Amino acid sequence: MPDTTYAIATVLVAAAVTWALRALPFAALAPLRASSTVQYLSTRMPAGIMIILVVYCLHDLPVTEVRAVAPLVALAVTVGLHLWRRNALLSILGGTTVHVLLTSTVFTA
Amino acid sequence: MPIRSAAAASLLPAADPVGRPPSDARTAFRDSLSVGMGFVPLGLAFGALVVQSGLDWWWASLSAAVAFGGSFEFLLIGLVVAVAPLASVAVAAFLVNVRHVFYALSFPLHRVTGRLGKAYGTFALCDEAYALASAEQARSWTGPRILWTQFFLHAYWAGSATAGALLGSLIPEGATGLDFALTALFTVLALDALRDLRGDLPTPLLALLSALAARVVLPGQMLLVAFALFTAGLLARHSMTARRPSRA
Repeated sequence: MPDTTYAIATVLVAAAVTWALRALPFAALAPLRASSTVQYLSTRMPAGIMIILVVYCLHDLPVTEVRAVAPLVALAVTVGLHLWRRNALLSILGGTTVHVLLTSTVFTA
Repeated sequence: MPIRSAAAASLLPAADPVGRPPSDARTAFRDSLSVGMGFVPLGLAFGALVVQSGLDWWWASLSAAVAFGGSFEFLLIGLVVAVAPLASVAVAAFLVNVRHVFYALSFPLHRVTGRLGKAYGTFALCDEAYALASAEQARSWTGPRILWTQFFLHAYWAGSATAGALLGSLIPEGATGLDFALTALFTVLALDALRDLRGDLPTPLLALLSALAARVVLPGQMLLVAFALFTAGLLARHSMTARRPSRA
């Protein structure tokens, strides 16, 4: 087991790097805010970035194996619930519950 | 001493907007609730994993409160257990979180006033805070409302990670798949953001193709490559559509 000082240091290093990445670009990009290009980007980026993050979450999907069915079914449930009720909590809990049930019972690795 | 001020700043949004009408905090609580509740299963899973990996329970709380970057924190568990050098931790944190650079283009930090406010606003700029505050419905949000929303998301994450670490041993053996909460969370945020685009189909298509191309070409750096391709694609499309009227 890693010692306490080291375990704390890892968190501090991760926090410093993450905060720098979140804060410094604002200073660099501030002069660009008024440009039409940045405004064009800013309306379209949220949707695109979330789609990329979804694909990233599924990037180690074992597409050639049967157990790939579990995340795909759960994804379909999440999307279906959300288009139906537009209730984020319901969609997230519904999709996650289906995934836990499928991976813990039917498609155990 | 960026780290100490980060920890200090995390305590401040509670104090900062206090002089203003309390409605900012209350509306922010409602705004944060649906997405924030998606954090709960995920935070529980994170906390449980920390304890299962042999780390102390408080490490889950510390990481959730101070590093506050869900996907990287999952990765960090493995690095700590393997006693990876701190330089490796820094490089990994950079590579996983470099996507946040793009958030500066559209996150409404200009509405947040004061150095402490801006410090906390950038410190707690997680993917979900970005998605909520950059959405069309958030155009009217004041600075305090943005900060309060971030604070609630931060609190859900730290709280559920702590609970997961303390209750970790109670999760039945063989129950897996809680990590899907992260996928479901991003799916919901993507669907809501898509609705704001109102039928602008090329944008999601471009994002999907960028992600798949990055996955195939450079799977180790998928996020960075996908964001770069997507941004380049949008810029190319913008320069083409911007030129069209002058041609007509």
